[in-house]
Amino acid sequence: MERRDIVTALESLLRDTLGFGSELSLFIATILGVVIIATVPLLVIIGLIWGDRKFGSRVQDRLGPNRVGPFGLLQSFADLGKLLTKEDITPANADRLIYNVAPVLSVASVILVWAVIPMAPNVVGVDLETGVLYIIAVASLGTLAVVMGGWASNNKYALLGGFRAVAALVSYEIPMVMALLVPVLFLGTGSLVEIVEAQANMWFVALSPIAALTFFLASQAEVGRPPFDLIEAESELTAGYNVEYSGMKFGMFMAGEYAHWLTQGVLLAVLFFGGWNGPFVDRWPWLGIFYFFIKSLILFFASDLVRFTIPRLRIDQMMHFNWQWLVPLSIVNLLVTALLLKIIQELGFAVDLANSPGFVDTLPMTIIMLAGNALQVAVVLSIIRFRGKRQRLMAAAGN
Amino acid sequence: MMPLWCYLVVASALFAIGTFGVLTRRNAIVILMSVELMLNSANINLVAFWRYHTPLDMAGQVFAAFVIVVAAAEAAVGLAIIIAVYRHYRSIVVEEVDALRG
Amino acid sequence: MAGIEITPHTFFFLLSTILTLGGAIGVVNNRNLVRGSIWLIVSLFGVAGYFVLLHAPFLAAVQVLVYIGAIGILITFAVMLTRGMTQLQRRFSSLWWLGASASLLLFIVLLFTVIEPIWGDLSAVPDAPPGSTTDLGIALVSGDGFVLPFEVAAVLLTAAMIGAIVLAREARNADE
Repeated sequence: MERRDIVTALESLLRDTLGFGSELSLFIATILGVVIIATVPLLVIIGLIWGDRKFGSRVQDRLGPNRVGPFGLLQSFADLGKLLTKEDITPANADRLIYNVAPVLSVASVILVWAVIPMAPNVVGVDLETGVLYIIAVASLGTLAVVMGGWASNNKYALLGGFRAVAALVSYEIPMVMALLVPVLFLGTGSLVEIVEAQANMWFVALSPIAALTFFLASQAEVGRPPFDLIEAESELTAGYNVEYSGMKFGMFMAGEYAHWLTQGVLLAVLFFGGWNGPFVDRWPWLGIFYFFIKSLILFFASDLVRFTIPRLRIDQMMHFNWQWLVPLSIVNLLVTALLLKIIQELGFAVDLANSPGFVDTLPMTIIMLAGNALQVAVVLSIIRFRGKRQRLMAAAGN
Repeated sequence: MMPLWCYLVVASALFAIGTFGVLTRRNAIVILMSVELMLNSANINLVAFWRYHTPLDMAGQVFAAFVIVVAAAEAAVGLAIIIAVYRHYRSIVVEEVDALRG
Repeated sequence: MAGIEITPHTFFFLLSTILTLGGAIGVVNNRNLVRGSIWLIVSLFGVAGYFVLLHAPFLAAVQVLVYIGAIGILITFAVMLTRGMTQLQRRFSSLWWLGASASLLLFIVLLFTVIEPIWGDLSAVPDAPPGSTTDLGIALVSGDGFVLPFEVAAVLLTAAMIGAIVLAREARNADE
């Protein structure tokens, strides 16, 4: 099988243009590839922190950072300087080993996810056959970091934050996995590279909007963004799991958190919005990186908009929403998708998505899938209406 | 590739460590964790034999997957039992849980 | 150890071995339950490393996925159930020397009866590429494969879930 990842590309570049030996160029290419893949998300979030704060301020009718540099662009660097010069405190009776490992694990879990993300044609760390499963496995390490930090701080608020993180992880992982399985169902592979290539002419969001929506909501909770940020609810837990952290250890938790948020947008873009696909990519492959980041950032700011406008839920409401709505909906959606794919096959409308078929060829399949999704939405809406009516009647009877 | 016996040595060492934990620790949760270690050593063996002897027949991997499933079920039921025991005795030290009737 | 070349593969095998066995020793020899569960995660991570080396990426991913989620819960319970017991005074039962010698004996027996016949055997793996994740999936659900055990496993999980709920639920109607 032809390997198409960044290490191979760099290796052939080194060998052909600089004339290195094959073993030396493989060695340098491997190290370079790892460094590049690990640095990209961290570089992006430096700018992203500024963008996020500016955007949030505008949503909430404020100005946001505007003192350091033009438009406050250098604010992140000022914050970094502040974090670096702060005193590094370890609370008394804290479990030092776990306390110090937790922030590192938080950042590492995100960087590991980026290893399988295809950023442009041939720009991917490694093309795993089980890429989708790998993402979930690795991303759950971030929650482990939260639990470890919360426990090791020897602080009741931090511990409560950690417990909440476990509850959120276990419950919201189910709809997330079910939603992730839908693209896998379309293609029969978990490789992210193939998933992106199959969306050349028809994004998967058109085939299964419900899966995209459940993935968005579940990942919103999984990475701890409002309205699901119960693990660090300031009004209840002061700052949750990272209340005892200061200086650069807190900085690493924050960087890890922003990177998780960015990765949420990136995963949505890759799985449902076509990844690096866009006009003229086949002629100029470097355009792919541009499309990839544009899509990811648009999705990131969409999630930001939710974050800055919707108030925080209570913990019981959050669990209620998951177990009563998201889990049943995602399971039903997976079953309906499988059934519809079989029906489409029987009707003869099936197209081989793996060969990135044209827009028109995919159209009948898309329409059937959309109809199935619309039916599910109608059922959900009627259940909501029925329940609301019953509650109103019960409230009236109570009076 | 490492030869097969390297994997077997590691797996049997892991199994022995797990056995040691089950036989000697007093805390029920540690015993549960040691059982997980023993199950995992069996998994290493299953996958290693699959890779070296029948790489095309998927039985080895399938069995390993079933072991993971059983381990998950065992952890769930085991923890539930530990909770029930803790409610009754206010202790999860196995030596102190020795009454047959409530 | 003659005949084993030093390759990246050997290096990762050694790394996985250190993680697996070191983590396992950490589990059985720890006064602190939470640290013990962290060591368990380290150990199971090493096992996932072996799965990667043995070309079973699906099992490696499942290993991390299932165990991290499960162990997160385990830590939570360990902390909740053992308040003030993070510095266990008596770790081992009074017959610990018996258990230690029994497990040592077991290890020696395993070495000499099971592994000794192939000790030092450097025969390489078969040339044929191993079955892929797709093959594993087909084997799990095909009629002449493992579809019946697969269904039984599903029933087992359901039964375990119901059983766990029943066992762990507070006895609410005790005073009624």
